[in-house]
Amino acid sequence: MSKVKKKIKVIKIDLDKCNGCRACEVICSSFHAKPKYSSNNPARSRIRLIREPLRDVYLPVYAGEYTKAECMGRDKYVIDGKEYNECDFCRASCPSRDVFKEPDSGLPLKCDMCEDDPPQEKPLCVQWCLNDALTYEEREEEVEEEVKQEDVEIGLESMINQYGLQKVMDTIARISISKKE
Amino acid sequence: MRYAETGYNLEIDLSRGNVERLETDPRLTELYLGGLGTNTKILWDRVPPETEPFSSDNQLIFSTGLLVATPAPGANRTIVTTYSPQTLLMGYSMMGGFWAPELKHAGYDKLIFRGKSPNLIYVWINNDKVEIRDASHLRGKGAVETSELIRQELNEPGAQVAAIGLAGENKVYMASIEQGRSSASRLGIGAVMGDKGIKAIAVRGTRDINIARPSEFINLCNDVLQYIKIRAPKLVPEVMPILAGLGSPQEMAHYDEKWHTENFMWGNARVRRKDFWNKEIEKKWKETLETVRTRLISCYNCPMKCGAIISVPGISTYMMKCFSKLTYTMAAFVEDLDFGFKIAQRATEYGVDGFSTPQVMAFAFELKEAGILTDADFAGCPSDNEGKFYWLLDRIVRREGIGDVLANGTYWAAQQIGKGAEEYAHNNIKKHEQLPLKLGMLNPIYYLMYCTGEKANITQIEGNFPQAPFSTMELKEEFVKDWVQVPDEKFKKYVLDWEMRGERSMPFYPPVDACCEIVEWQEMMHHIDDAVGVCAGLSSFPLKPPYHIHNYPQIISSATGIDMDESGLKQVYKRNRTLLRAVNVRRGLRREDEKPPEDHWKKRFPELEKKLLDTYYQYKGWDLQGIPTKKTLHELALDYVAEDLEQRGIIKNEQSEEEN
Repeated sequence: MSKVKKKIKVIKIDLDKCNGCRACEVICSSFHAKPKYSSNNPARSRIRLIREPLRDVYLPVYAGEYTKAECMGRDKYVIDGKEYNECDFCRASCPSRDVFKEPDSGLPLKCDMCEDDPPQEKPLCVQWCLNDALTYEEREEEVEEEVKQEDVEIGLESMINQYGLQKVMDTIARISISKKE
Repeated sequence: MRYAETGYNLEIDLSRGNVERLETDPRLTELYLGGLGTNTKILWDRVPPETEPFSSDNQLIFSTGLLVATPAPGANRTIVTTYSPQTLLMGYSMMGGFWAPELKHAGYDKLIFRGKSPNLIYVWINNDKVEIRDASHLRGKGAVETSELIRQELNEPGAQVAAIGLAGENKVYMASIEQGRSSASRLGIGAVMGDKGIKAIAVRGTRDINIARPSEFINLCNDVLQYIKIRAPKLVPEVMPILAGLGSPQEMAHYDEKWHTENFMWGNARVRRKDFWNKEIEKKWKETLETVRTRLISCYNCPMKCGAIISVPGISTYMMKCFSKLTYTMAAFVEDLDFGFKIAQRATEYGVDGFSTPQVMAFAFELKEAGILTDADFAGCPSDNEGKFYWLLDRIVRREGIGDVLANGTYWAAQQIGKGAEEYAHNNIKKHEQLPLKLGMLNPIYYLMYCTGEKANITQIEGNFPQAPFSTMELKEEFVKDWVQVPDEKFKKYVLDWEMRGERSMPFYPPVDACCEIVEWQEMMHHIDDAVGVCAGLSSFPLKPPYHIHNYPQIISSATGIDMDESGLKQVYKRNRTLLRAVNVRRGLRREDEKPPEDHWKKRFPELEKKLLDTYYQYKGWDLQGIPTKKTLHELALDYVAEDLEQRGIIKNEQSEEEN
């Protein structure tokens, strides 16, 4: 397999440095407004500060993938004596929360690292975080070029692992005959 | 389309339970901007001067500033306005935090209450949906506790809540409105909120705020941030550490309290302890601060860290800012800072002003020592310094026994107690308790600010000009070198020429005219901030701030689309300042009310003081009573004010001939 170079963009989050100001939300929503900077609305931001001052919870989270279904786990984590809901860490736009959705249309939002032309030096939230709770890193990694398996292949392989190749083949042969009839 | 503002106010008549969303006149924004400016206009137009503060005709206005909820850094202030039960004049208290941006995103520039609710209620504003909800289950609950309970009840962690505690419910004149790390504490507006039967206001908003000229505006915001980055860590030499950078006084960051503990007065603003601070105290206080302070925090969209989360073991967590850690400690003569954090927690839940309340309590114990109040008044009160302050605080917020009298502040309590108690209410201006500061030589600039400040609170007037001369010419030159904020080059000369001793020292330097100009500049910046909702900590309060008279016009203009240059903005300032004066003049404010506490300075200069005040009034275009002249009002498009004052006989016909 051949190796390829991939640029990894990373926003590092230092929770201890966050002063809770939500400037990241402000500038994110403003940058992504159309036309650019024409409006402000943290409810449209692709970064959210999970903020519970009295428990000293200050946790910036970026919007990730959209998911159609809510997950079954809503576990509680205790870190350093503070209790977090699993959802606090989650980047997904999902049916159980109203974050990372356009407040009017409900369409999911996703962080795009402020893609811009000409490109921004850093994502805007990082630029506006004067306390360095958010910092930006770019690095190149060599990764193996992946040969992506198809879903069916993944499924079949696990069946073979469990039941053996012969049994799976027999079963498929029987099903295909009955389908033809 | 309206830019920077929503163009709508939410009006709630509590007597009738009526809620209305009303469009505002964009012309008023051009004339008064917003925030304090338009609040003053509303109070002038709607609430007649005879109105008692605790009457259903009084209105309570919660306003956002014009730039709030735009990306302008630090634009997050809520300006609350009503008639103050303590001064009987217009009270405007302000708070930072997260509440005002939320209100604006919900679609409103202001929330205006009139009438009174028969039962204790709270208001829940969720964009278009506005509910007046029963709050009987929240009666007696702490202000911080109430906010948490409401957020849980609504299942809305994003809601921002402003609430009163027991003090507000019981109409204590020092009652504050608490909101997370911020509070609107001064002048008893929490008492008016309690009188109206409002326990809390919860807001959630998810609407856009539009910007008129986006790329121009965002560049200016970026400039502000870049400037903060350079300026904040670069401390001005010879200025006390808490004031040498940016932001409001950095009390949560610094533990070195030599300056406050040795220069501010202990007890009832009486005792100076010049050698209080030593290594041992420093070590202990540092430990205490570091133990209880979990995190330094800011308000909405501001890179500063003026507040802190305070968790004292064994009591519930709260947030603090500024000077309150010391006010109780020093008033009670307690040398353990731990006490300051503990009693401030209780005081925050009760919702009382951390400036006035400790002084009121110290005043009471002085009266007891003097035999004016008796042991009977203090039956059950512990004898130790800490215990007796907790005891009295509990009585005051419940208006029990002597607490009922003291709940009206030192001025009114002294009137009621009599027997010479008035002498002990010695630290007031316009009936309002001041910083516990007693000094030697009259400072002519501060003399004017203390006398004439409409808020009766020095920190809302002082700011951009140094409090004292620098000691060497090098320092002076260094200071003025990059002083871009000055409205005029002549202010640099005042700093360069100003000396600690000799001919060009206080009280005769800066000269009287220069003092008026300096005060005008500082007042101007505060008034602009209070209209646009930018925190004084990034503008009018510290030396060399990121916002100033040269960049404000373009910031306001690009955000709002209103044509605005420096002279236009100065004109708006003058209009707002003069209208606020007119509101108070119509409530009876006159020259005789404009004086500092008699013992504020040891060395006083009656002739100079008279000249200062005469010149200041003249400079403002007011008469010798401090009443704006007809000509001035006309120049500021305030003819309707002149007409009203004339009808009431406050402006006499002859005034115009005499004065102009």
